Amino acid sequence: MKESRLSSATEEIVQKHENELGGVIAMLEEIQLQHSYLPESALKTVASETGRSLVEIYGVATFYKYFSLKPRGEHLVSVCLGTACHVRQGALIAKEFEDQLGIRAGETTPDKKFSLETVNCLGACARGPIVLVDGHYFSNVKKTQVSQILKKAREGLDAIDVTTDQRVFPVKLRCPHCNHSLLDPNYLIDNHPAVRLTISFASKHGWLRLSSLYGSNNIKSEYEIPMNTIADFFCPHCHAELVGSSACPVCNAPMVPMTIYGGGLIQICSRRGCKSHTMDLVNSICINCDNRHTCKLMKPEGGVWFCEEYI
Amino acid sequence: MITLKINGLETNVEKGTTLLEAARFLGFPVPTLCHMDGLHPFGACRLCLVEIGEGPRIKLVSSCTYPAEEGLHVRTASRRVMRARKMIIELLLASSPQSKTIQDLASAFDVKQQRFRQEFEDCILCGRCVHMCEEQMMAKAIGFRGRGENRSIGTPFDVQSEECRLCGGCMYVCPVCMLRCTYTEPEKAICGGCANLSVPCIEKEQFDDVMCYMEPCVACEITKD
Ligand code: SF4
Ligand code: SF4
Ligand code: SF4
Ligand code: FES
Ligand code: FES
Repeated sequence: MKESRLSSATEEIVQKHENELGGVIAMLEEIQLQHSYLPESALKTVASETGRSLVEIYGVATFYKYFSLKPRGEHLVSVCLGTACHVRQGALIAKEFEDQLGIRAGETTPDKKFSLETVNCLGACARGPIVLVDGHYFSNVKKTQVSQILKKAREGLDAIDVTTDQRVFPVKLRCPHCNHSLLDPNYLIDNHPAVRLTISFASKHGWLRLSSLYGSNNIKSEYEIPMNTIADFFCPHCHAELVGSSACPVCNAPMVPMTIYGGGLIQICSRRGCKSHTMDLVNSICINCDNRHTCKLMKPEGGVWFCEEYI
Repeated sequence: MITLKINGLETNVEKGTTLLEAARFLGFPVPTLCHMDGLHPFGACRLCLVEIGEGPRIKLVSSCTYPAEEGLHVRTASRRVMRARKMIIELLLASSPQSKTIQDLASAFDVKQQRFRQEFEDCILCGRCVHMCEEQMMAKAIGFRGRGENRSIGTPFDVQSEECRLCGGCMYVCPVCMLRCTYTEPEKAICGGCANLSVPCIEKEQFDDVMCYMEPCVACEITKD
């Protein structure tokens, strides 16, 4: 069962890139994103679906350092040993990671938490030595910082501390059709009223509550939504379907639009697990505001949120 | 028809003829390793270098891949060509010293020393076997894997290929395996083909998946008796 699911997911990826120039590399990239490595069976599927020989696909997969044929751990640590980073003791940093994780470069810890690899130049030479962890760059890394970097990676580099992080702020949202507020004051997520929506997927129909903090990805829902599922979103008041005109820039699923009090539009991706969202601000940013000449508030670059409440 | 001069001799060749074919047609010897009639030119070994052009635009090109051009002046044995060729042989000797073909080349071109770090590779990555398998056997069972110093020839995942027809073509065309295959004493002859596909049974221990049409191994059979 698992095997067949894997191959159908692979087939989908193959079909997507079939007619592209350099499509094979795009396919392998996407498969690797899905599984964190390139399973043998996936390579075979790519070969048979594209009508190429397995050895050709295998040749591509082994040519690029980016691809891995062995399962990788949850977190990928890449230490740069390019020329610039090398002369700034990148090798010492790599050694320190090896010692602390107890593995050599190119290996994965037995608990499948960390994979360590060395790479040749991450394109940020001036700030070396560079370490890349799960897509996050650390520059000027010193030996003493290694344990801290690992600790951060364990806690999850994408996790945002909603109480202290400056990038997180509350937004008040309403339905773009009926203009009713979507906030539910009786249900708190991250200590703020949650955004209530109705969703349906796979013949299930229920409520979904999102954190109203912009930047937080916390949600609660009536039914467990499987990863990768694309759900349909509805306004709980007027029951109109919320579909945007644009597709998600990351995964191509439809976007769900909601209006911001004071002007502007937030769109979130309708695929579970995809964290993509966009915000088009109209009034909230002072430089776009019609009242900016008469307004007495300070006009910081990021705008004053809910300024109408202060006036 | 294209008119060009090779070592001062004027000749006419069809469009699309390579410099190697033209030179050989006129009887000028050009050594080759990766080139083989019936297979696509690959230009991997660089042994077939010749010099083309005039004055400051003189350059070395691999004759097996370079198509004849109108009015081209080609020199197959100039001093620069000979120096480059010797260097290539020296490098080949550094990687595969036990190959009879390469030893013969070295003696023919008077290469008497080898100044590089000695390695004992079985394969010079000329790609003949890969192209044989793909173009003549239509099997695509073996190919190049990895890159840089980790580049090697073999099957995907190093297991016996389902596509392989066990035709032996790959071993037959390999230009470097000769000594290993026939050895100096015929009674000790082993084909060595598998060694050239880097699954060596001899001198190294592991011997799991043989890419050899002689399976079970003849050599082992011989030594058993
Ligand atoms: S023996 Fe197998 S690998 Fe070698 S040329 Fe024939 S089909 Fe290809
Ligand atoms: S095994 Fe022989 S034919 Fe194949 S690439 Fe190596 S040297 Fe060339
Ligand atoms: S397995 Fe035996 S017969 Fe086959 S190439 Fe190796 S030595 Fe020769
Ligand atoms: S050498 Fe490390 S980023 Fe370029
Ligand atoms: S024979 Fe021309 S490069 Fe090998």
